Amino acid sequence: MAGALDDSGADLELVGITKRFPGFTAIENLNLTIPAGSFFALLGPSGCGKTTTLRLVAGLETPTAGRILIGGKDVTDAKPHQRPVNTVFQSYALFPHMTVLRNVAFGLYRRGVSNPLALAHEALRLVELDHLAGRRPAQLSGGQQQRVALARAIVNKPALLLLDEPLGALDLKLRRQMQLELKSIQDDVGLTFLHVTHDQEEAMTMADTVAVMNRGEIEQMGAPEELYELPKTAFVANFLGQSNLFTGNVVSSTATSIVVDIAGTKLEVPRDRAQRHSGVVTIGVRPEKLTLLTAKPASASGVNVLGPGTVTDVSFSGVSTQYLVEVPSVGTITVFAQNMVFGPVVNRGSEVWVSWTVDHGFGLADEQGVSPRFDPDDGTGEP
Amino acid sequence: MAFGAFSNVDAPVVEAPRRRSRAAFWLLLPGIAYLGATYLAPLVSLIITSLKAPDLVNYDIGRYLYAFDIGNYATVLGEYWPIILRSFEYAAIATVAALLISYPLAYFIGVVLRRYPLWQALALILVIAPFFMSFLLRTLAWKAIFADEGPVVGFLQHLNILGANAHLNGTPFMVIFGLTYNFIPFMALPIYTSLERLDLRLLEAGADLYANPASTFFRVTLPLSLPGVVSGTLLTFIPATGDYVNASPQFLGSTQTTMIGNVISDTYFNLSDYPSSAALSIVLMVLILIPVGIYLSLTKTEDLL
Amino acid sequence: MSGLAEGAVLGRLEEAPRPLKRPKARRGNWGVAFYSIVILVLLLIPIGYTIVFSFNIPARTNVSWRGFSLDNWATLLSDPRVVAAFGSSILVGVAATLVAAALGTAIAIALVRFRFRFRTGLTLLLFLPMATPEVVLGSGLGSQFLNIGVDKGIATTIIAHIMFCISFVVITVRARVASLDPAIEEAGRDLYATPGQVWWRITFPLLLPGIVAAALLSFALSFDDFIITAFVSGNFETFPKYIYTAAVRAIPAQANVFASIIFLLAIVVVLASQFSAAARRRQLAREG
Repeated sequence: MAGALDDSGADLELVGITKRFPGFTAIENLNLTIPAGSFFALLGPSGCGKTTTLRLVAGLETPTAGRILIGGKDVTDAKPHQRPVNTVFQSYALFPHMTVLRNVAFGLYRRGVSNPLALAHEALRLVELDHLAGRRPAQLSGGQQQRVALARAIVNKPALLLLDEPLGALDLKLRRQMQLELKSIQDDVGLTFLHVTHDQEEAMTMADTVAVMNRGEIEQMGAPEELYELPKTAFVANFLGQSNLFTGNVVSSTATSIVVDIAGTKLEVPRDRAQRHSGVVTIGVRPEKLTLLTAKPASASGVNVLGPGTVTDVSFSGVSTQYLVEVPSVGTITVFAQNMVFGPVVNRGSEVWVSWTVDHGFGLADEQGVSPRFDPDDGTGEP
Repeated sequence: MAFGAFSNVDAPVVEAPRRRSRAAFWLLLPGIAYLGATYLAPLVSLIITSLKAPDLVNYDIGRYLYAFDIGNYATVLGEYWPIILRSFEYAAIATVAALLISYPLAYFIGVVLRRYPLWQALALILVIAPFFMSFLLRTLAWKAIFADEGPVVGFLQHLNILGANAHLNGTPFMVIFGLTYNFIPFMALPIYTSLERLDLRLLEAGADLYANPASTFFRVTLPLSLPGVVSGTLLTFIPATGDYVNASPQFLGSTQTTMIGNVISDTYFNLSDYPSSAALSIVLMVLILIPVGIYLSLTKTEDLL
Repeated sequence: MSGLAEGAVLGRLEEAPRPLKRPKARRGNWGVAFYSIVILVLLLIPIGYTIVFSFNIPARTNVSWRGFSLDNWATLLSDPRVVAAFGSSILVGVAATLVAAALGTAIAIALVRFRFRFRTGLTLLLFLPMATPEVVLGSGLGSQFLNIGVDKGIATTIIAHIMFCISFVVITVRARVASLDPAIEEAGRDLYATPGQVWWRITFPLLLPGIVAAALLSFALSFDDFIITAFVSGNFETFPKYIYTAAVRAIPAQANVFASIIFLLAIVVVLASQFSAAARRRQLAREG
């Protein structure tokens, strides 16, 4: 029943997965491989199909088309209780009529493992809740319930551990703590984790690999830094952090870069950081990579400059200050500046220029505005 | 909402997508088949029976042949329409009386007693308590209390409210009294349910906006408790029309207070006149379906149960 | 008496009320309080009468009070007909409750957890028995048995009782199923439990309070039913039926005793469940 219980987890392969519900398609032709032993995050907004993907892997839904392979074995037709997969549910789903200990030992009992209670105690010690083993779930706080749900899944040493937005209901401080704990447990135990979330900070903090999902498809996948610094689509550029995006025509190109005309200004983007090299393209740069200047800088190679513009808003947020700069014909540019000194570096109404190193820019495969950040909410209820 | 509303009013409902599965068929089949056989089929049976005619060849009491004698309906309606009218009249009066009596009670328990949850639970238990004793015995108790030799009649005669030979049992008053008494809990509980969920801040808002207590009641409280009032009314009126215990001579009634339930029962048991009994049942059912139909048209199917 | 109304109302016992906000004490409230106490007393008068008269000195009729005596209670089992009727009602109640609970629970689960066609028609079919006058239900089934040629007796009585109990079971259990997070059952499947194990170890234990409430409701409806029973029982005698026929002449005081016992038992059970629920809540609040 449990299948391969390799201590280093197993590969997960989704091949051509499509899932249709009456009225809409949640996932269309999804292909995904997750290497054994990694911490993989599936990131996306509500309704993008990430939870559906998770449920397909767990066996709680069956795909309309496609195959699912765990450790090389085809499990598409296997029922949930036949798969070597365990899930930590968003609502924790602890059995209210059993004690914490029985909850954790449940899977062990079903599998006929010897010493179920001893193993359950061990798992509870791992999450530091062994002293509450005799309590009922209703007597625990949200954070404690979440840890019990985790122990209940981990104790079975599954090939693949699925986490469905498990930290959503926790307050900020507890969430940060749990993020680190989850990461360290995964390191210790060596299982393959598939973590589904809409919180991009969480995904980037915890995961080795992040896949950004939108409307049933994976838009981009890779290490968090890679995704962040080199987004390939407007959706990824806007969903992960913030971006300043500009659309214009490619007017010339060299061996190493392309030049795009944005409302009269020529902006350079390195060739290997641009997905498209001709026609109308959208290019972008992260707000924290921009420098604010109060005087027009001299042209320098390797530096893009936009301006002059007017500072329309200054927002202090502790670590940094966000400035909004309105540049005529271009639009509003967001700048994040680390607060190295007290107070803002420019005031509202000031005339400024923004500049950034050419190497920090990126070019998207699609145009901004083609994929909106949020789909209109038609309330289909399928996350 | 009416009938299911107060089975578990406070439990949170977890929204969950439903799945399509063959299991649903097997879960539903036994119960639905059973209801089909024991509820729907009998209704058809009633219709068929109501159209039967006496067996003139092998004539005997209780022998009938399949026929299509719609005349049965004409006969039955012609003979018993005053009783049908009376049944609806009694039921209507009892319903209104129950409403007037129960509303303040429901208000007390649902609004005033909110500060004392233990007393509230206790009061509710007292309202429900009558169900734990056979309603036949309770009705007989009233019959004894209001007997000619009993305390109530004696007291009223002493005050010269009643004449020397007057009696209370067997009068329409007594039948309606019995009906009303029996249905007070059925009227009070749904209204209580509605009022218990009433957000008292709305009443405060009313007062803040210059409404006096009477105004606040008629314009805020009453309309918001309307679903409960509708439920209670249906729960009282429908059974009351078909009741025949209260109106029986051996309980609170007399031969002057016969209701349609009595006729259906008498023609069935004493006369073995099954076609007439069935015809009357169908007539009653159809008449009842009018208020029920109105209720159904106003309610979403999901809220029915 | 209408099973419909009784059932709908008894179902209320499942949950204790929780206050939303406490009203301030006002003079008008005292008036309503006094009135309500009067009404509550009135509601209980016939019950008190019945219980009191169970202690009457035995004689041929039990209409006038002769004095206090425990004889009726001591000779509870002396009148065979009363005992038989009482036992019959219990038997029918238990049998009908078991079957109605099983059928109704299955329907309730299907209603909440699954998608299927004809949902509207089905809901209507479950709703209508509650909205049909009892004489119609009774004479309908009576006619049906007649037409088929089935002898009326205990079997037909149980069949009829199951019929009118199903809808109430569905309502009560359905609410309980709806309050159950489906993720809990999914967690069971995820943790290697077969569908059978998920039912017995997870779903059924969690549904049990609702099923028990539905069973109690069912039993109460069945035990107190008269009108429908009259049409379908033939010569078989249940407790209410016995009282009805005996009412013509005189009801032996043993009937009062039986009724009093049931009443007091029911009150004790309800009070006990309320107090234990309150105690559990207090305990959870303390520890959690």
